[in-house]
Amino acid sequence: MKQDRREFLRKAGIGALAGIGALAGLNPLSALEKTDMSALSGKPVPGRTRWGMLIDTRSCTDGCRQCVTACHRAHNVPDFGDRKNEVKWIWKSRYEQAFPTSGTQFQKPELLGREVLTLCNHCAEPPCTRACPTQATFKRRDGIVAMDYHRCIGCRFCMAACPYGSRSFNWLDPRPAISEYNREFPTRERGVVEKCNFCSERLARGLQPACVESCPGKAITFGDLNDPGSTIRRMLSEQETMQRKPELGTLPSVFYII
Amino acid sequence: MIEKALKGNRAYWAWIALLIVVIAAGLNAWAVQLDTGLGVTGMGRDISWGIYIAQFTFLVGVAASAVMVVLPYYLHNRREFARIVIVGEFLAVSAAVMCMLFILADLGKPQRVLNVLRYPTPNSMVFWDVVVLNGYLLLNLVGGWTVLGAERKGVAPPSWVRPLIYLSIPWAFSIHTVTAFLYAGMPGRHLWLTAVLAPRFLASAFAAGTAILILISFILRKTAGFDAGDEARKKLTVLAAYAGIANFFLLGMEFFTAFYSNVPAHMHSLQHLYFGLHGHGQFVPLMWLSLLGGIASVIVLLVPALRSRSSWLVAACVGLVASIWIDKGIGLVIGGFLPTPLEEIVQYVPTLTEMTVTAGIWAIGLLLLTMLLKVAVAVKTES
Repeated sequence: MKQDRREFLRKAGIGALAGIGALAGLNPLSALEKTDMSALSGKPVPGRTRWGMLIDTRSCTDGCRQCVTACHRAHNVPDFGDRKNEVKWIWKSRYEQAFPTSGTQFQKPELLGREVLTLCNHCAEPPCTRACPTQATFKRRDGIVAMDYHRCIGCRFCMAACPYGSRSFNWLDPRPAISEYNREFPTRERGVVEKCNFCSERLARGLQPACVESCPGKAITFGDLNDPGSTIRRMLSEQETMQRKPELGTLPSVFYII
Repeated sequence: MIEKALKGNRAYWAWIALLIVVIAAGLNAWAVQLDTGLGVTGMGRDISWGIYIAQFTFLVGVAASAVMVVLPYYLHNRREFARIVIVGEFLAVSAAVMCMLFILADLGKPQRVLNVLRYPTPNSMVFWDVVVLNGYLLLNLVGGWTVLGAERKGVAPPSWVRPLIYLSIPWAFSIHTVTAFLYAGMPGRHLWLTAVLAPRFLASAFAAGTAILILISFILRKTAGFDAGDEARKKLTVLAAYAGIANFFLLGMEFFTAFYSNVPAHMHSLQHLYFGLHGHGQFVPLMWLSLLGGIASVIVLLVPALRSRSSWLVAACVGLVASIWIDKGIGLVIGGFLPTPLEEIVQYVPTLTEMTVTAGIWAIGLLLLTMLLKVAVAVKTES
């Protein structure tokens, strides 16, 4: 009896600690961080989900912008035509910009300047969600770093915190700058931050992200990083891949084959 | 007590009128910004904070520096600070109000600012900054006003006010430490990602804030006939000099760590600011002006033959304040964004609208400070 009581107290104590840890975001293994994706698709999926992406830069054609166009059309991303007010969810960077801490000496000459797709990394340890004062940006149970445009106060802390330059702010009213309005996705107001959402609205309908679907070279693989049987996991285990700025400990969910 | 701010000579009212004109212009510019969006400023996708956040960072330091008179007067009973301690407290109040206004001006959705309190988020440093700044404002306003009110009535201050004043001392350190944490915890922004950021913030704050107090004491002597006393000024001069030395020492530490280690990411921001990087160096002349002007000012403050002359002392204080304003505002906040996470250099030039809003907020702060000091001087000269 006495033993049982002690055991109960010990477990209750651990439970309370885990609860506090989860609330404070201190414990990365807590239930709040990773759960099943039933909240997302409506149909329960065994195991936990962490959506991830593998981009094969060898199959990505220089000058091709089909994924960028598809994404920006699907999500009503405005085009202001100038760099200062620019809003972008996915774009092409040069290799040495995307991987500034990788060595560039004596590499294949065609590597420098190669176009690399860059987008939100949906980090497992996102610095942006840590910095947000209102939880307007947060990590979903399926690993997607999401935005609540109705809660964002526009302080741009997440932009300063993001080490990948993946976030954009609506410096002006975006609506007049949307060339082809997609009625199936909301537009934003000026004064809030936005970024790639891993096409969570398409995932919910069982579709692949718009960039994946539109790529003529099939350069992008999307899938569940927590499922050992998924195609993306098989490819990751078979090939050498890179993440952007791994030294920062953000654990990006976007991987690259160079 | 506030009615004392409503009695003044022509020069006083002309000053008030000037401030109101600037405030009106600032409000008008803010209306334009609210109507069009923050796109009317020079900020953009890459440099996403500009002079608003720069002023905020500088002014948190000014607010914190009240501790340089509160601590010796209340903890060490240094009577020479008796006439200037209220100036320090009211300067802190005005600076804290300006800080909040600059944050408000910087928000994309200012109408949602209360979301910070509706969804309190302890892992966000902004949440703590809101808590400590508001607390500090209240502590200084209540402490300063209550002691001044007691003095007007010729009675001893109520006993409950003393613990509040004691609390304001560690609180002053907390506001600038938390402000440094806003920056120092961000991965990938190497100019900010340094353990000496909070100490350097405190050192630069105590240098610039103390220099401002000395300047205010000269202004009050000239315009209001209220002299805080040479003794207080002498002590403050020494404090400003040593805080200035600490600031430049810590800046030197940054240079050593970055350049001796030879790690590119650590060097790039400093290279861009002080020497130019990839052919870009928008801020190089300003940064050298700040560095050399600041060091020269500290030397003047250290040499007794120079600092004992009012003209040199005023020039050195102006130089030190300007140096730290450039270093902390332009250098640290804007320079921290460069190079961008994708290793690019972009330009930042504040727009006229942005500068008018900035001037308007400074004018609000100066108006508040003028009125508070008017009350303080009236009480002090009557008693």
